[in-house]
Amino acid sequence: MTDASTTFIVDEERQRTLWGDAARRFLRHRLAVAGFIVLSILVLACVFAPWVGQFDPNGIDLRLRNQPPSFAHWLGTDGTGRDIFARMLHGGRISLSVGIVAVTISASIGVVLGSIAGYFGGRVDLFIMALVDMVLTFPRLVIIIAFVAVVGPSILNTMLVIGLLSWPAVARLARGEILALRNQEFVQAARALGTSNRVIIIEHILPNIMGPIIVAITLDIATVILLEASLSFLGLGAQPPTASWGNMLRDARTLSILEGLPWLWIPPGVAIALAVLGINAVGDGLRDALDPRHVTDGGSE
Amino acid sequence: MLTYILRKILLGIPVLLGVTVVVFAIASAMPGDAVMAMITAEAPSSEELIAMRRGQLGLDQPIWVQYSTWLWQVLQGNLGRSFITGRPVADMIFERVPYTLELMGVALLVSFALGTALGVVSALRQYHTTDYVLTVAGFAGVAIPDFFLGMLLVYVFSLELRWLPSSGMGTAGDAFSLVDNLRHLVLPAAALALFRTAIFMRYARSSMLEVLTQDYMRTARAKGLSRITIVLRHGLRNALIPLVTVFGLTTPTLFGGSVVVETIFQWPGIGLLFINAVIDRDSPVIMGYVLITALIVMISNILTDLAYGALDPRVSYD
Repeated sequence: MTDASTTFIVDEERQRTLWGDAARRFLRHRLAVAGFIVLSILVLACVFAPWVGQFDPNGIDLRLRNQPPSFAHWLGTDGTGRDIFARMLHGGRISLSVGIVAVTISASIGVVLGSIAGYFGGRVDLFIMALVDMVLTFPRLVIIIAFVAVVGPSILNTMLVIGLLSWPAVARLARGEILALRNQEFVQAARALGTSNRVIIIEHILPNIMGPIIVAITLDIATVILLEASLSFLGLGAQPPTASWGNMLRDARTLSILEGLPWLWIPPGVAIALAVLGINAVGDGLRDALDPRHVTDGGSE
Repeated sequence: MLTYILRKILLGIPVLLGVTVVVFAIASAMPGDAVMAMITAEAPSSEELIAMRRGQLGLDQPIWVQYSTWLWQVLQGNLGRSFITGRPVADMIFERVPYTLELMGVALLVSFALGTALGVVSALRQYHTTDYVLTVAGFAGVAIPDFFLGMLLVYVFSLELRWLPSSGMGTAGDAFSLVDNLRHLVLPAAALALFRTAIFMRYARSSMLEVLTQDYMRTARAKGLSRITIVLRHGLRNALIPLVTVFGLTTPTLFGGSVVVETIFQWPGIGLLFINAVIDRDSPVIMGYVLITALIVMISNILTDLAYGALDPRVSYD
């Protein structure tokens, strides 16, 4: 009993830091913790795919075509004897890296343009916001498909096209946050000291708005994974023989495969859903952790 | 109010012009043009003939002249002709619009009705098991891709249970009948509706939770009104207002979703037309589709704004 009470006191005395508080708030969000665990397992399995998956994802073995799941091939094999489990893990590498690279591109553009618009205002703001409105006028998947039709389908193009067309939401968010801060005393003080605008934005303002931006970026990775999967499913993303979750489902569209060989298409579909679910749950937890002003009730967007 | 509408439309014009520039740029960057498409159809293809044809179509003009000619034609409702079929793009699109509208409309109505109902239930049972189950289901609903859901539905309802057809919009060879059409509609509409149902549910839940804390709700309870009257007449009617914006948010995603869903179910709408045009590199059809969807998104954004103002007397336009 005494042990418990001393721990309690030590806990209270421990220094409360910004990140410590955030971590505590995150851990209180049960769905977020569950999402984080699922996501970590998935990511680790994909990163270490060559070891976890055991088989070569493109290794054809015509003696073992369309085998149902077994001890040797955990999720069975496809029409050319390729191991589904290995393909799923290697496909995950594609989906996850497209998510990360595309969002890095879009977040960089979005933060830069949004900061400029919000900080300087005036005509620059009008122009950038018109650009935002313009990009948002196109249904995202539709305009991405149209661009891919021009540049041709490949993993690199998928990353670039999605990245270059997904920044408006972040730009809008960054602009709004900066508008609220740009006339605060600490910014005025920095300005009075003769600090350059670039330094004010990067060193004084951005650290204050990182919370909501990190949340938005996290949630956007999930959206991008869905977009990439849709593109690959339509034959406009990763090209065979490279596996991606979307094109594994594409390969299974015929009714005979749907009915007779469910192990070809259910695993990649479940993988997409788990990845997106995990990321969204983590994003929701991060919102509670990093954006305390935002009143959540567990499920608002 | 009128000035507000006018201002919205005026602000929309440069954006719309930007949209046309992007669409035109996409089409000019595509390999192949109208002449090359014709050459493959007509046999002889000497250099002079190609040059002559280009001249006739104005393809030897500077790019901005080509753009303004094209824009002028678009403004008159002429979207050009398909490279593949040679038919006017506007005709090809508009004859398929009803099918896509049918699919999207049903999906949107179902997701609105179901999503709102579930969201309200979730809010009324906040922090009870029902609420947790629905919240987790909502997370799952936005995580399952449209096409995977479509395949699951086909697997269960077409292949295993054999209740519903897996593709098309009518049984081949049969005369059109509404029942047959609706049977074909069920699965694609469901595939398109789940994601949106989850979104509507989330927003309805948080909107309802907010309304529940309002003073007028306490007043209604204090007056001794029945629980149903309180929830439906005083609560739901106010909670519905913010959901109008969800319609605006959902419209663009419906086009992307319908491309995917129409592909799986071979539903003959404009989404399937678009994806086939992309595969055939039929740029006039691609341009037409992108332009029309952008226009619809824009109109729906303005309508959403206006509807919000009309429903919520606290919003004023000046």
